[in-house]
Amino acid sequence: MGRKGVETLVGVFVLLGMLGLLFLALKAANLSNFGGGDTYTLTAYFDNIGGLKVRAPVRSAGVTVGRVASISLDAKRYQGAVRIEIDRAVQFPSDSSARILTSGLLGDQYIGIEPGGQEKNYAPGDEIKQTQSAVVLENLISQFLFSKAADAGTPSAPAASGTKK
Amino acid sequence: MTNFVARLGAATLEILRVLGHHAALFAALLRACGAAVKRPYLIVAQVHAIGNLSVLIIVASGMAVGFVLALQLYYTLVRYGATDSLGLIVNLSLTRELGPVIAALLFAGRAGTSLTAEIGLMKAGEQLAALDMMALDPVERILAPRFLGGIIAMPVLAILFSTVGILAAYVLAVLLIGVDAGNFWSIMHSGVDAWRDVGNGIVKSVVFGLICTFVALYQGYEAEPTPKGVSDATTRGVVVASLATLIMDFVLTAIMFSTPGG
Repeated sequence: MGRKGVETLVGVFVLLGMLGLLFLALKAANLSNFGGGDTYTLTAYFDNIGGLKVRAPVRSAGVTVGRVASISLDAKRYQGAVRIEIDRAVQFPSDSSARILTSGLLGDQYIGIEPGGQEKNYAPGDEIKQTQSAVVLENLISQFLFSKAADAGTPSAPAASGTKK
Repeated sequence: MTNFVARLGAATLEILRVLGHHAALFAALLRACGAAVKRPYLIVAQVHAIGNLSVLIIVASGMAVGFVLALQLYYTLVRYGATDSLGLIVNLSLTRELGPVIAALLFAGRAGTSLTAEIGLMKAGEQLAALDMMALDPVERILAPRFLGGIIAMPVLAILFSTVGILAAYVLAVLLIGVDAGNFWSIMHSGVDAWRDVGNGIVKSVVFGLICTFVALYQGYEAEPTPKGVSDATTRGVVVASLATLIMDFVLTAIMFSTPGG
């Protein structure tokens, strides 16, 4: 086989590899949505981000509209600063709120955005003012236990609460 | 007693000598790569010999692994009603682990052996010495193009392996068994990260290509110039390359996937 033939075959080989890579990256992985697409950035501060991770989805009405770009601790406010990138085609009113939610019982955490009613939309780089932190299981359990303990400590409490109704 | 101590010392020195030879040849190869790049055709010819001719076995194995993975996963997942996530599991196991590792093991068996035998016979036939006599550096002329060719070919083969495996799983699960096609792709799509999973798999395959090619070249270059020596070197090359690949895979996995979400 001549030099040209070998070079052509190697070209076909490398081309096949690139096609495979394209398939893996676009068809079989999530590069196509929000991977370097046209996005804008918003920042939200949470008292507790729970188990939120970088690249976690940002959803509104259950539809993925963006991803978490970075998570850091704001040293002045002692709050978790979460930068999120949202698809430019999706605009939210400037009083929309962000919540950290969990998909399913044991699923990954994501940010849910509830749209507000303002006329004006968030501009790139804005801060989302209204936020709600992640639910931490330990806090829930301790709240539950403490309220149980309080009930047990003061036997009249159930009766008192009963009279209030 | 002194006999035992002497043997321990000899064994230690032998290990050090082998490690030193590896390091010296590796350094010489890296130095020679610059000169090898100036003769691209030598590298292209090696990519053809190492890569193109391995495509058949890689594609056939990828298909078999894809079929078997899909079938076994289906039997288990159908009990929990979770057959929709079959595509995701097949994709993650192929792109992260099986693609690079099995492709590297096949690569060591298919291409590595031919490299070792070729270099070993060149040495036995004193062709390497003849090159040296003509003031041509055999490392630069013979070893470096093969080294670079292996590093180029291996990631392509691993990508082909994973791609064919996923397509085979699609054919079996969706077309033959009847798993829902939309869920098969969409769950895979949302669960696999292009950089973290596919990208790290490719990094792995580059590292494996480097290891397998280097081990094959070293064994050939250091082979005893006899028929027995060349055959021993070929066997040793496959064993060492396979073990090194498996150990390195564990190390790389521990590094790459230790930080969740990173």
